[in-house]
Amino acid sequence: MRSDHETRAPMALKIAAACGLLFMHVPILLIFVYAFTTEDKTFQWPPPGYTLKWFAVAWNRPDVWSALQLSLKVASISTIVAMVLGTLCAAAVSRSKFFGREAISLLVILPIALPGIITGIALRSAFNIADIPFSVWTIVLGHATFCVVVVYNNAVARFRRLSGSLVEASMDLGANGFQTFRHVVLPNIATSLLAGGMLAFALSFDEVIVTTLTAGQQATLPIWMLEELVRPRQRPVTNVVAMIVVLVTFLPILAAYYLTRDGDQVAGQGK
Amino acid sequence: MNNGANNRRAAVTSAGSGLAGQISDLFWRKPVILLLLMLTPPLLWLGVVYIGSLLALLAQSFFSIDEFSGLINYQLTLKTYAELLIPANLDIILRTVSMAAIVTLASVIVAFPVAFYAARYARGRWKALFYLGVMLPLWSSYLVKIYAWKLILAKEGILNWFFELTHLKWLLDAYLAIPLIGGNSLSVSYTGTFLVFLYVWLPFMVLPMQAALERVPANFLEASSDLGATPWQTFRNVLLPLALPGVIAGSIFTFSLTLGDYIIPQIIGSSRLFIGQAVYSHQGTAGNIPLAAAFTVVPVVIMGFYLWMAKRKGAFDAL
Repeated sequence: MRSDHETRAPMALKIAAACGLLFMHVPILLIFVYAFTTEDKTFQWPPPGYTLKWFAVAWNRPDVWSALQLSLKVASISTIVAMVLGTLCAAAVSRSKFFGREAISLLVILPIALPGIITGIALRSAFNIADIPFSVWTIVLGHATFCVVVVYNNAVARFRRLSGSLVEASMDLGANGFQTFRHVVLPNIATSLLAGGMLAFALSFDEVIVTTLTAGQQATLPIWMLEELVRPRQRPVTNVVAMIVVLVTFLPILAAYYLTRDGDQVAGQGK
Repeated sequence: MNNGANNRRAAVTSAGSGLAGQISDLFWRKPVILLLLMLTPPLLWLGVVYIGSLLALLAQSFFSIDEFSGLINYQLTLKTYAELLIPANLDIILRTVSMAAIVTLASVIVAFPVAFYAARYARGRWKALFYLGVMLPLWSSYLVKIYAWKLILAKEGILNWFFELTHLKWLLDAYLAIPLIGGNSLSVSYTGTFLVFLYVWLPFMVLPMQAALERVPANFLEASSDLGATPWQTFRNVLLPLALPGVIAGSIFTFSLTLGDYIIPQIIGSSRLFIGQAVYSHQGTAGNIPLAAAFTVVPVVIMGFYLWMAKRKGAFDAL
């Protein structure tokens, strides 16, 4: 049997794993090729020729710009709200045991555990009942609700590793609660907050299911994409926008990965 | 409270001065106040606004719509739930649940080699590569991923090109001729819908599976093969039972996400409805909020049952 050299993977496993990874990546890479195609009516493969023309066309489209602007605005506000709420929740849950602590974790996870359409319809009908007109703020309300969980998850993991003795030492040395938070707690949780914030931003920037239900006439970038998918107007522009969206979402993900990669080295975690 | 603790508190509080000091003293003496202050904003947001909306939606499922005027009749009734059971609606529910089950099963099969290799053989640089290799597709834009499949499955797209190139077009045509899973082309068949679902949710299966597989001690597998088990027996009797919590954790995602999705089947697939589409169309043009609300209860009940089963199998330790 192969128990004696177990670090060598069987060939079949290697091939299957490689195929799995390829399956996850090739479709996205195809979009990169299509962004440069000269063909503008069909999805012809292989592309008959390559051009940079569509980047200029997309650049001059005001509807793309206004959708992008709205998406950035919504994602920024939702991220800030989610960071505040998520950090508060994480701090409360990790610093003390209280009645209903488990329920709070569940409450935070619920918006992404339930299918998006339920969250969307529930908020939409609530807006209708309360006579709240759809606006940027109704979109933000929906987004912040499901963004809390990523900030919360990141922060709770870090708070758990943050030793209580550090806080006590700071208090013993004469710092008050605010000073301790500012100079001891915040530096230790900062990277995980930043990572959580970036993931929240990416989540909000990309969200479409809740957004279609909580937006009125406004179009975020995903809503613009969805409309192009259902009723295509200018396919090459969609290709270009799709490629740019992929690139833009990769950056925060890579950054979040590098920020939390060395998360084990938190000061005082040895207790 | 004993004297020592009081002295310690007195010593600490004396350090504070000014308003900030006094407030932080208060928090130290009465931690409950700080806790309440920290919990109030998130609880107002999630507990009142969000849960409130969910409950309001649930309440509306007990109203009914007047067939003649199209107005909502605010009288508690189970009539709307009875409407879920008419054949057309039952079909929608069955179609969605079977799709979710098949997608879940397929993603277990495709995800296993990736997760197993990453957990057991990949080291250092390769480990990071596998991690990012799953994280990037997980986080890249949902609509862009669907769009990519529209490109792939298009009539003049890469898949048809590939079949032409390899002279296997007849194989594709034979497959499309199969009644239920076939259709005019892949992009308007259940197979197309299935492929996109599988593609979009696959990373959600890989990550918890990998987490569970990493916790399986390597010497268990060695012991099994030392005792004469074939690789298949080791897989069946040792690896799979130990990895099962991770599989269940991943299946929660794939199952729940498929149940609630309404965009994928709208863009790629036959025009037959899924639960999400039914909800969307009932609340939209039809204005039948009660029926839409009753439809949303279906995935919640299914997922509630599913989560309860998963909890019993210990799946939450693998999340």
